[in-house]
Amino acid sequence: MDPESVVASAGAGGSFISLNEPEQRYYSGLHSLCQADASGTLSSSKVAELFKASQLPPESLHKVTELCGAKRLGYFGTPQFFVALKLLAAAQSGLPVHLESVTANLPLPRFVGLKNEPEMRYSAVPPSIDGQGAQCVSAPGSVCRTPADRSTFRHLEAKVEKKEPWSPPRSPSSSPPRSPLIYRGYPYTKKRNGADSQIAYESKHSSRPIVLLEQHSSPSNHGTRANADHLAMARASSSERLDQQGAVDYSDDDPWRITEEQLEYYTNQFKTLQPDLGALILGTIAKNFFTKSKLPIPELSHIWELSDVDRDGALTFPEFCTAFHLIVARKNGYPLPESLPPTLRPGVMQQEEDIPDTPESAEPLIVFEDAEPRPSQMDRSIIERLQPSLATTKQDLKEESCKQDVGVKRMTTSQEKRTLQFGGFPDRPEAPQDLDPHMRTKTRPRSHSSTSFEDTMKKAEEPPTPPPRPQKTHSRASSLDLNKLFQQGAPGIKSGWFPPPPALPPRPLTSQVSHFVNVSEKTVQQPNFADFSRFREEEESSVKPEEQGPCSRFGPSTEDLANASKQDGIGVCHSQPPQKPLRRKYHPESQNLETGPPPAMPFPTPTKSAQKLLSKQKREIQMAIRKNKETNAVLTRLNSELQQQLKVVHQERVTLESQLELLRPLAPT
Amino acid sequence: MAVCIAVIAKENYPLYIRSVPTQNELKFHYTVHTSLDVVEEKISAVGKSLGDQRELYLGLLYPTEDYKVYGYVTNSKVKFVIVVDSSNTSLRDNEIRSMFRKLHNSFTDVMCNPFHNPGDTIQSKAFDGIVSGMMVQTG
Repeated sequence: MDPESVVASAGAGGSFISLNEPEQRYYSGLHSLCQADASGTLSSSKVAELFKASQLPPESLHKVTELCGAKRLGYFGTPQFFVALKLLAAAQSGLPVHLESVTANLPLPRFVGLKNEPEMRYSAVPPSIDGQGAQCVSAPGSVCRTPADRSTFRHLEAKVEKKEPWSPPRSPSSSPPRSPLIYRGYPYTKKRNGADSQIAYESKHSSRPIVLLEQHSSPSNHGTRANADHLAMARASSSERLDQQGAVDYSDDDPWRITEEQLEYYTNQFKTLQPDLGALILGTIAKNFFTKSKLPIPELSHIWELSDVDRDGALTFPEFCTAFHLIVARKNGYPLPESLPPTLRPGVMQQEEDIPDTPESAEPLIVFEDAEPRPSQMDRSIIERLQPSLATTKQDLKEESCKQDVGVKRMTTSQEKRTLQFGGFPDRPEAPQDLDPHMRTKTRPRSHSSTSFEDTMKKAEEPPTPPPRPQKTHSRASSLDLNKLFQQGAPGIKSGWFPPPPALPPRPLTSQVSHFVNVSEKTVQQPNFADFSRFREEEESSVKPEEQGPCSRFGPSTEDLANASKQDGIGVCHSQPPQKPLRRKYHPESQNLETGPPPAMPFPTPTKSAQKLLSKQKREIQMAIRKNKETNAVLTRLNSELQQQLKVVHQERVTLESQLELLRPLAPT
Repeated sequence: MAVCIAVIAKENYPLYIRSVPTQNELKFHYTVHTSLDVVEEKISAVGKSLGDQRELYLGLLYPTEDYKVYGYVTNSKVKFVIVVDSSNTSLRDNEIRSMFRKLHNSFTDVMCNPFHNPGDTIQSKAFDGIVSGMMVQTG
């Protein structure tokens, strides 16, 4: 379509019709919605639907059709369509349906179920970051701009033609009139996996409001698309994100609501930066990441200020989503808000923005009864999760909510829902505001339920070690020690044998160094080993020191103790003190291969075989540990020897130098 | 209510300076600049005696016939200077302290912003907002 001709040939009367930028967008969106085919003629059924949606009396509609020239032509061409839209706007604002009316600055034509104000606000809001540089930024509220910015219009037209499969509007919307749409659109949101155009058509067929909504959003799409292209985002998959998100930017509140797909995208991006969703992204990392968006640094700085609500210099996942969303919105041409919009708040600080919520949430009460079954479950989960923030937000909301406790809870839950959206729960419905009515009905009984989510979190964080199992058989006062040993052993076992039982470490040392290491063994052991160490001392005196320190042998036995299944065998062992020295001798035989075979152990194998079986599992690890320790010891010895050599060499050097100095005075002489 | 608020970096160049009667800005700039000498003097005097426990709030730096100048220095030698009108006698010391505290807090917020490079002029809107809140409401 030649935009020039559109504008120039506007209407049958040949009067020049000027379209503002928002109007251009809006109309072009509607135009695309009406499924124009190649020749530019619009599907008459769609047009008829649109006209009906404008809620004008049929006579007016006939007149509009007549005036715009479609009747004459027999079809709706683009110019006719635009004129018709203008006439509709005029008719809706009370002006007579006449061509002269269209020259006035009119609000956008209204269609059923949709308020004009959001459109107005929206159309006024986006500054022209169109990248074309020719636009002047429209001051908010001033719809009356310099007429007919043809370059934009042409561009938009081009965009319309090029990008037919634009993304449909995201159903979540905080403004009440869209709630029916949102509700019905909800099932469709699930299907959106890039097949945006399909969904657009699906939703078109579903109900008229959805059609209208898309029509309304399509101008924004085109506008944002244009902006986005110009801005040439450098991020990976930025284009698809724009596709997904362009539709969100639809009214003053909608741009600041994060949709599910956006949330998923943000989640993925968060994970690339920080795999743990509950952790923080550091400021520098976030800075590098967001700098890729090629927004100017002051804007990024402002975005950071808005999103880092706890002022810690790092971004939690909700903060990250906020920041990301603001960046996206900015790239799509939305001016940055001075304060964080309510839909983007993480839910903690929602004091100022509650007032806008009330009017919005008033209407879903009416519309939304049907949606109860589906979102209710999510509501419950949401509410349960957000119990802690209820307290904080409640007081804030009490003042502002027009209803009493009901309203408070509704507000809190609605805001909590928003926060949840933001907090990465993908199952949440996209229209939390609309769920307010049955939030109201259902939150009350649930308002004191425990936070299941937090409970699960806590459970996950519990230490894995179980409480120490009571020893079944304790033969002596050392039972207490066994318990403590058990406690130590259990975490050790569970953590992969990592901390060897205190008795083990000295073992290689004893083999390599001397007796005194045995002493150190005892010192190494923990105080609760007192009894055992004493006992071991006795054993040591009876057993050769080279036999791998009794305590070390006892180590595995204590480790065995740690295992409940081995308790019986251990108990047996402990209950047979006279066998201990023999058992210990046996242990080295079975376990301490590297230290050489201990003296023959003629003693009864049955008792020890039981132990052997029990300790088999630990033997290898213990052996490995011992080997490592032995190598450590070897290396330390080597180190010490080398150090000594180094000292010797140093001394030699010193002597040589002194000799040299002595000789020097002699040399010249 | 301040007439002029300034943030001076460690190297004694202004990071942020704003005064309300915009036609007389140069005078305030000069005032702030001269007040830096007083600040330096106070820092050096106190720092030697107390070490780290130097008081951040420096108090009235010097009064002139038209206005009074208060100073505050952070531990990183960033100085905040507030110039208030002498005719505004209702301002008590505590109020000035609270103003400095607010300034300091929002300054730290600005610093925490990873997009802000230390040494750059402060371009944070939040900081601007705080400062505006403290400034005299006259045109």
